[in-house]
Amino acid sequence: MSCCAPGTGGILLGAPSKEEILLASRSIGDARFQTFLSVTGVHCGACIVTIEKTLSGVAGVEEARVNLSTKRVSIRWDERSDPGEIFTALARIGYPASLMDLDVDQPDPVLSELIRALAISGFAAGNIMLLSVSVWAGAEAATRDLFHWVSALIAIPALVFAGRIFFRSAWSALRHGRMNMDVPISLGVSLAFGMSVYETATHGEHAYFDASATLLFFLLVGRTLDHVMREKARTAVKGLVRLSARGANVRRPDKTLAFVPVSEILPDMIMVLAAGERVPVDSIVVSGVSEIDTSLATGESLPVTVAAGHKLVAGTMNLNGALEIKATALAEESFLAEMVRMMEAAESGRTGYRRIADRASALYSPMVHLTALLTFVGWLWVGGDVHASLTIAIAVLIITCPCALGLAVPIVQVMAAQRLFSHGIMLKDGAALERLAEVDTVLFDKTGTLTLGRPTVSNLSEISDEARAIAAAIAAFSRHPVSQAIFAAAPDGNLIQLDTPPLEHPGLGLETKIGKHTYRLGRASWAVSNGDIGSAYTSLSRDGSLLAQFKTRDQVRPGAAAAVLYLKHNDKAVRILSGDAQGPVAEVARACGISDYSHQLLPGEKMSAIEAYASAGHAVLMIGDGLNDMPAFSAAHVSMATATAADIGRNAADFVLLHQSLDALPVAHQIALKSARLIRENFALAIGYNMLAVPVAVLGYVTPLVAAIAMSLSSIIVVANSMRLLEPKRAAKATGDDARAVLSSSLAR
Amino acid sequence: MNNLLVLIPVALFLGAVALSAFLWSLKSGQYDDLDGASERLLRDDDTMPK
Repeated sequence: MSCCAPGTGGILLGAPSKEEILLASRSIGDARFQTFLSVTGVHCGACIVTIEKTLSGVAGVEEARVNLSTKRVSIRWDERSDPGEIFTALARIGYPASLMDLDVDQPDPVLSELIRALAISGFAAGNIMLLSVSVWAGAEAATRDLFHWVSALIAIPALVFAGRIFFRSAWSALRHGRMNMDVPISLGVSLAFGMSVYETATHGEHAYFDASATLLFFLLVGRTLDHVMREKARTAVKGLVRLSARGANVRRPDKTLAFVPVSEILPDMIMVLAAGERVPVDSIVVSGVSEIDTSLATGESLPVTVAAGHKLVAGTMNLNGALEIKATALAEESFLAEMVRMMEAAESGRTGYRRIADRASALYSPMVHLTALLTFVGWLWVGGDVHASLTIAIAVLIITCPCALGLAVPIVQVMAAQRLFSHGIMLKDGAALERLAEVDTVLFDKTGTLTLGRPTVSNLSEISDEARAIAAAIAAFSRHPVSQAIFAAAPDGNLIQLDTPPLEHPGLGLETKIGKHTYRLGRASWAVSNGDIGSAYTSLSRDGSLLAQFKTRDQVRPGAAAAVLYLKHNDKAVRILSGDAQGPVAEVARACGISDYSHQLLPGEKMSAIEAYASAGHAVLMIGDGLNDMPAFSAAHVSMATATAADIGRNAADFVLLHQSLDALPVAHQIALKSARLIRENFALAIGYNMLAVPVAVLGYVTPLVAAIAMSLSSIIVVANSMRLLEPKRAAKATGDDARAVLSSSLAR
Repeated sequence: MNNLLVLIPVALFLGAVALSAFLWSLKSGQYDDLDGASERLLRDDDTMPK
């Protein structure tokens, strides 16, 4: 059980209402529903057992199944039961869960089509190759014809089923007047097949069924790898925490409450917002007092106390008190929607980056077709035999089919993604790796990027274990960031369990009774009754007298200074773009060794700062976390989000740093540089192969045997070269030190 | 020649069996949770996935 740490999950409250769960569930008949939960804390077999056992004990749950790969739980439950119980049960055993949207767990149709095509083309390639070997070994004419016919029979379904992936893409490219790699592939494969059928029917000696099937197989391997890598990252970053509420409890004219989906909330509707709920649309507080976590919107880590008359921004979270709020805008006019619109605008304005593979194919395809055409014309001119000329021209097409080229980029990117992942970096899109290698300017956000973005208790040594334990037991019931810091600072060993949840006084603190004593945790002036001690720190008091003070501080992220040093050594310009006030920004800048910083920037201003860099010809890497960095992410050449980043940020960024330390940044840059080099090498290898093979083909010496050997060999060489990106097994174990090793070696240069 | 007429269909049939077994395993969701499957193997209770 050592790998699981139950109880470290944090807050002990907060289940979505039944109406909200129903909105995110699928009816499967007989008053039963299926719901998907994201449970990020699952990481081993013991976790699976614990969760499935606990959930099967919850009333109304018919079946619960954990998916360890995606860290999700699929639950079938009975409509008559209370699904909120599922969340409390999970939180109690230390696995806080969040509700997922229905669409995220749909099977991926593209992947299953690719894998099926891969299986069929693999089957065809293997069997045809088997038959071909005996033909090459010199089978007599009758046997050869039989084998060719059998090969044709196997090749047809492979061509139709596996080939259509390429045909479709080639056709859509041609229809839009573009060229891509799939055009020469489709042409080569289908011409080779057509010619082979003709050869077989006329009892010819050479048939290229093996070449067409093997080509399809190799190319599908590249394509599937590429797809799997992108898809894996995409699903992993998806649906961790939802920013937007699914709906809200709206107070009807007859004073009853009804749960209304967010799209149906109209301005002037009065809603009741309970603690722990997100503000559904931009609105204004009518009554009640509470604290609001606005970190998504402003990047500010400490919550804001609100009362009647305060404006609320959609997506921010109500931390403690219940509020009555009045909607002031429709969902599509609210802050969140506004951010998405800004991102889209920036995206469309981004100077179109073309992937290396696309640029290569734009050159490659016309050249291949021209060579084949010239070969045909040339042989026709010399010999005048249409059939022989056509055969040789098709052999040129087959031999130049971009087999190694199709593997050159995806295989490097897959290796790089794997290497990055072992260092806690998630790569969203392979092309981002190419862009990262080009970066010359690095811009950081402050809160949550250069700093951890959440307070930690900094004076633990001054506080007694007893006070820490009591404070942690009380703080466990609050969402306030400071409470969570105090909860995280609980001493090891037995936690004190409170019988009843403490009373939360919004803006002041928490109050509870343990035995005969009344404990208060919160603002010093409120918790300590015997005179104002004039302290700004969170205080714990027993019956009004001070027990302990908790000093909290937002710490600079580990590895931040080292990462900045690395960037400076590699001649990158480094700058902070922050929405925070000048004082804190300057302090962090000093701590990290950054001299250039801007403060109090609005999201739009960050974006225009980046656009200014871009128009001056710089390639910008933007590293951030909050929702306020999203437009900047879209405008930047390449973007990176930290692990604490909100869901939407993780989706917008090209890279996601999963570990706390910024050591990952130099590592990612090093890997990007190395893969850029490997991709160039692979292209050089593929082109070198063509320079050797094309003259042979043009002169008409390519038999099916030569084609098979040449193609397989070039693919194997490219794959073997890409494998060099993986670190040796021995070094892989010391991944933690690797970042520093990379750093120091690059500094030593 | 006669032995070929028997052996080739047999070879292709066996290949096709393997292929359809793979496609079946893909369709029945056996590749959905590779990490979880390797852990579930070690569980003592013999519950079948429903």
